[in-house]
Amino acid sequence: MTSSNYATERETAEGRVFTVTGGDWDDVVSGVDPINEGRIVVNMGPQHPSTHGVLRLVLELEGETVREARSVIGYLHTGIEKNLEYRNWVQGSTFVTRMDYLAPIFNETAYALAVEKLLGITDDVTERANTIRVLMMELNRISSHLVWIATTGMELGAISIMLYGFREREYILEIFELITGLRMNHAYVRPGGVAQDVPDEAIVKIREFLKLMPKRLKEYEDLLSGQPIWLERTQNVAVLDVTACVALGVTGPVLRSAGLAWDLRKTMPYCGYETYEFDVPTHADGDVWARYLVRMAEIRESLKLVEQALDRLKPGPVMVADKKIAWPAQLAIGVDGMGNSLEHVAKIMGQSMESLIHHFKLVTEGFRVPPGQVYVGIESPRGELGVHAVSDGGTRPYRVHYREPSFVNLQALPAMAEGGLIADVIAGGASLDPVMGGCDR
Amino acid sequence: MTDEKPTAGGVPVPVTPAGATSGAPAEFPPASPAGRGMFGNQGTGDVSGFGGLVRQHRTIEDSPRPYGGYFDEVRDALEEAYPAFGEAIEHVVVDRGELTLHIRPERIAEVCQVMRDDPALRFELCSSVSGVDYLGADERRLHVVYQLTSMTYRRRVRLEAAVSVEQPHLPSVTSVYPTADWQEREAYDMFGVVFDGHPALTRILMPDDWEGHPQRKDYPLGGVPVEYKGAEIPPPDKRRSYQ
Repeated sequence: MTSSNYATERETAEGRVFTVTGGDWDDVVSGVDPINEGRIVVNMGPQHPSTHGVLRLVLELEGETVREARSVIGYLHTGIEKNLEYRNWVQGSTFVTRMDYLAPIFNETAYALAVEKLLGITDDVTERANTIRVLMMELNRISSHLVWIATTGMELGAISIMLYGFREREYILEIFELITGLRMNHAYVRPGGVAQDVPDEAIVKIREFLKLMPKRLKEYEDLLSGQPIWLERTQNVAVLDVTACVALGVTGPVLRSAGLAWDLRKTMPYCGYETYEFDVPTHADGDVWARYLVRMAEIRESLKLVEQALDRLKPGPVMVADKKIAWPAQLAIGVDGMGNSLEHVAKIMGQSMESLIHHFKLVTEGFRVPPGQVYVGIESPRGELGVHAVSDGGTRPYRVHYREPSFVNLQALPAMAEGGLIADVIAGGASLDPVMGGCDR
Repeated sequence: MTDEKPTAGGVPVPVTPAGATSGAPAEFPPASPAGRGMFGNQGTGDVSGFGGLVRQHRTIEDSPRPYGGYFDEVRDALEEAYPAFGEAIEHVVVDRGELTLHIRPERIAEVCQVMRDDPALRFELCSSVSGVDYLGADERRLHVVYQLTSMTYRRRVRLEAAVSVEQPHLPSVTSVYPTADWQEREAYDMFGVVFDGHPALTRILMPDDWEGHPQRKDYPLGGVPVEYKGAEIPPPDKRRSYQ
């Protein structure tokens, strides 16, 4: 061993001992005056209660003022897009639902719409399937916004709203469990329709929820809207105007809170949204307060949509008629979640060899999708959720890319945070409502 | 044995097959060009490539005019506003109600500028930038796909630029669409496309010291075999696939 600049050495009874001195660290430290030097760098996250999952922010501070902010993401990258290429088209639903875990129905619907467009069966999706999709998406939008109000409230010092928001979200998750068998990661919306029909007890429960929720919303607003601390923490904080939003690609409630009524449900409708009656809430201020008001108003609009969807839920098939695409198993909810119905298993195993072959072929091999590419965008609770799907004619996706609103919107954080106080970084970041599972995919 | 089938009151009864009594194996069907053994299969029992269908990469072909919808308008407006149209636009494809303009990679930023600023086009929002690796299709196998949205006219258009793995360079569009910043970083991270002029082209989702570009088609998925009830299930990319 030779001596180096970084470690002095000396001989002892146990052999040669090196003393590591840390290179030129002493020179660096002596060059900095920690008391009077203006700026310090603070590393916030990736494990920080108010960074919404594993988001890391590197902040350069001058006193309490943020001079530069940089977000570091990727801690929750799970390679879902790559994995999709090794599963068949239907199995994709199971993967994409895990991206943005607060809005799984939206991930599934966007994926299903893209696959249907590739197959050219968009118009064959039954009315009931579309109505159920709208119903589920709007319930999901409410639950996602409830988590937003809950976590944002907590981060800004209002603990009660956190408990209430999660309480009502739990109600929606119970509805989801009744319908899909699972609270999250449903894989319920499938290419061609939905996995199975909505049971009657779920309709009853949704009706109850519709009665309950307006009262609860009123409670939230009584709790927050006039509260001085909440006003102080949100008004004129993290302002982003329409120009900045469009330049940075920010969509969803944040864009609408700046005044542009851009909502894909209205501007580029899908799933029959053009036939529903609802408003697109906007606000002019473009601050955290405006985003709060817009989201609360959106919950009310979603309740209207859920009610309309329930009213027009007429009996009918929930899957396309084409047996070469439709999932062969009549799925049913058992004690352990969603699975093949017992009648179907009895039929394919005991009665019909042809049904068994058909089932086997569709489930193991899957259907073929004609080559080509499509892009489908839907309005998720966080903005435009886009799916770019490419097929090469095989039974597996050639490439699926998710345009995740969390990913795109997070780019706006430095624009919101720089020049403001460090406490407002939390408020601004929370107001973007990033979900890192979706952001990192 | 007689030629007569055994009956019991006119109803045929099951008969012991020949060979079962002698202990010899049942005879194979006669060998013929049409088939021998199971379903005429000569090789292994693997039925991958069922039906003789193989996946192929289609060559990009121009769609005939008129395209229908707003697509003709968009094309004409771009042709008028952008003098180098003929040189920069390689193909115009309309498929499944979507317009795709295939752009020469070195021209992509210019085209985006025109697409954003021209009053007849006004594609203000760049919804998405991502990559696709068409391995084996062409020399220029890495495609960068831009989804532009016009909020004014409520239109969408897709721009596509193809580069090769050896020369994966094209200009960054961040000066036109700042939102492309992270999305170009992701395309660089996953496909190794280099966007010249990007303010800080570094990895974004993968760790900084990662080697390779994971979403390229020649990059393996990886994974380990899993034992389940005594049988070994291979990792996903090693399982039998139906090409």
